[in-house]
Amino acid sequence: MASETRANLKPLSLHVPEPKFRPGDEVDFADVEVPPAGAARRPDTADRADSFTELAYTLVRVLDDDGKAVGPWDPKLSPEVLRRMLRAMALTRAYDERMFRAQRQGKTSFYMKCTGEEAVAVAAAFALDRDDMCFPSYRQQGLLIARDWDLVDMMNQVYSNKGDRLEGKQLPIMYSTKEGSFFSISGNLATQYPQAVGWAMASASKGDTRIAATWCGEGSTAEGDFHSACTFASVYRAPVILNVVNNQWAISSFSGFAGAEATTFAARAIGYGIAGLRVDGNDALAVYAATQWAAERARTNQGATLIEHFTYRAEGHSTSDDPSQYRSAQEYGAWPLGDPIVRLKQHLIGLREWDEERQAAMDKELAEKVRAAQKEAEKNGILGHGLHQPLDTLFEGVYEEMPWHLREQQRQMLAEEQASGRPWARK
Amino acid sequence: MGTQMTELDTDQERVAPTPEREGDTVRMNMIQAINSAMDVMMARDPDVIVMGEDVGFFGGVFRATAGLQKKYGKTRVFDTPITETGIIGVAIGMGAYGLRPVPEIQFADYIYPGLDQLVSEAARLRYRSAGEFTAPLTVRSPFGGGIFGGQTHSQSPEGIFTHVSGLKTVVPATPYDAKGLLIAAIEDNDPVIFFEPKRIYNGPFDGHWDKPAKNWSGHPGGEVPTGYYRIPLGKANIVRAGEALTILAYGTMVHVCRAVVEEAGVDAEIIDLRTLLPLDIDTIEESVRKTGRCMIVHEATKTSGFGAELSALVQERCFYSLEAPIERVTGFDTPYPHSLEWAYFPGPVRIGEAIKKIMKDA
Ligand SMILES: Cc1ncc(C[n+]2csc(CCOP(=O)(O)OP(=O)(O)O)c2C)c(N)n1
Ligand SMILES: [Mg+2]
Repeated sequence: MASETRANLKPLSLHVPEPKFRPGDEVDFADVEVPPAGAARRPDTADRADSFTELAYTLVRVLDDDGKAVGPWDPKLSPEVLRRMLRAMALTRAYDERMFRAQRQGKTSFYMKCTGEEAVAVAAAFALDRDDMCFPSYRQQGLLIARDWDLVDMMNQVYSNKGDRLEGKQLPIMYSTKEGSFFSISGNLATQYPQAVGWAMASASKGDTRIAATWCGEGSTAEGDFHSACTFASVYRAPVILNVVNNQWAISSFSGFAGAEATTFAARAIGYGIAGLRVDGNDALAVYAATQWAAERARTNQGATLIEHFTYRAEGHSTSDDPSQYRSAQEYGAWPLGDPIVRLKQHLIGLREWDEERQAAMDKELAEKVRAAQKEAEKNGILGHGLHQPLDTLFEGVYEEMPWHLREQQRQMLAEEQASGRPWARK
Repeated sequence: MGTQMTELDTDQERVAPTPEREGDTVRMNMIQAINSAMDVMMARDPDVIVMGEDVGFFGGVFRATAGLQKKYGKTRVFDTPITETGIIGVAIGMGAYGLRPVPEIQFADYIYPGLDQLVSEAARLRYRSAGEFTAPLTVRSPFGGGIFGGQTHSQSPEGIFTHVSGLKTVVPATPYDAKGLLIAAIEDNDPVIFFEPKRIYNGPFDGHWDKPAKNWSGHPGGEVPTGYYRIPLGKANIVRAGEALTILAYGTMVHVCRAVVEEAGVDAEIIDLRTLLPLDIDTIEESVRKTGRCMIVHEATKTSGFGAELSALVQERCFYSLEAPIERVTGFDTPYPHSLEWAYFPGPVRIGEAIKKIMKDA
């Protein structure tokens, strides 16, 4: 297509990103820069966002290779809090294992784990107040678990059974609980981002003290909603924490397809003029400290903070994919930031506040707790086996008051049920 | 759950498409046929490019683009950032340059962020530039329910697009049609929305979700030529000739209607519209004049759905031939549910009742 007059110019070429490793490849993460724990400075929360932009390009880390907590970001938590955090992370993993298996056994249609990323949600929940409003993506079940939400209630939702408070209307794992300050999860990526900013703006305009926090995956930062949210958060200095969970993969697409070849996700903050932090997402203490710092900024009207949590999606995207088709199976084993549960455990053991025996006993206890909860939840039924919701509830909740056409369709459906000659023939 | 496809369970079709050979015609499922259409067009026309979330190395979450990147290279088949606005907007820009992009939107339920680029831009580019610029894109997207996909993997939003002047909307019902229509769509110089009924990717679905799933091998629509052929846009297909009643359907519902009609022993004429816009109005008119009765079946919600347009057209053009009020059988006007999917879905009972009603005084 190049025209004659330009024939002396070099032809252009299109760059298409390519991940370092594909199935079967030897993995070496030597080029992933991991700065030493304790090296990043901790600015005052009153400092201007443009005075610490280097924090968007490093990794805030607290736990060193020996599991010691070092540097200015050490939140200096009591052993009691550390043990509770470890327990919530381990429970999250046990819960995921169990529910994933339940899907494989045909008890529900769909499930998504957060294995390897437990610290991101759990440590944040510990740093936030219980009534700070969370706008999560589908991978922050750790928030609910850290807030001691009832496992049976969560499982009822996964099974769409008669105990499901969401009445079987929403896809499994798309939890919602106003009481738990946990916004209804959407399957449409990044939509929660501007909503969190709006909630935070409302809180500020009402002179409230609560802040909002939201999460999305690194892949989802490409959506326009992410950028709209950053603009509003900047313009109105909204009291919100914008978390980007960079687990390296978005289904089969590596982070390079969201811009990671060129810069970090935390650095997105710089262009918008909001505070940006890049954090070791497998270091529960770093996640806690960064969240606490961002919350303090928000509560003192310094505005939003964007936190990139650098982590790794240890398992498949969901029950619908097989990651061995698109990435090297060695990746997780070679991941330089380790496993968040193992690292926190190691830290507690180093403090002489924990040991392997207690860890093993806890794992056993949690597996049992999850199994018992599952048994309880299954008393309310599993998906596809029997009618768990009265048929006519299908039409409830579309509007506050049911318009005539829905009432008519509701009657039609009940008549169909009769006509089928079989009770709940279409179960 | 048993036999039906579980939500998003794309693993089951993980094998790259390698259809069984039989001369020049081979057996394909709908995914393989769609893959073959893109393959044929990429080989014929170097300006055809394929793009979308996970379509490159992985070959798409439903495997529809499997093998294409390997064959045609990364600059012609590539993964994109997760932004439907971006995918459609970039495809329009590439089209303006002279390429013929075939973007995939992973699920029709995720097309909405791209709506502004489709409605305000792609659809009107030819008009507002007096033909100087066009948007020759084909937006492929799996749509429809029946897989326990809940509200974000089940919707049928075709009515949103048929409402927009400047867009064409196509829905195939067999592998054979899918390939021929997709080739015609790619060759078309106007923007085409190509909705793929994912419930019938692997086999026709008769609406009896609790019976074993069928595959395409026993269906004549599963015989697909390996090479180039096209099915013109705007041409419906009479899948069953009959005298008693005309049924207008498309996508999955073609197969559900067919099964119901056979079970009920009604001599219905079933028309698979294939293209919703431009619509094959002649075939519809001719059939309704002959049968005197018209029933419209779609999965999408009823109010302002495409069935409303069809009903108005038939009423305007065939009023004096009608012997009974037109019947619309659709999904209910609620968001797509999860656990009550089969109560929601316009299955055999709903269609059967409507047939009884429309045939009452026959
Ligand atoms: C608007 C929209 N587009 C596409 C999808 C399909 N989809 C679901 S999850 C996903 C990948 C998201 O990756 P990322 O944001 O990195 O989050 P992660 O799954 O890694 O936690 C895609 C493309 C969707 N749910 N919504
Ligand atoms: Mg990700």
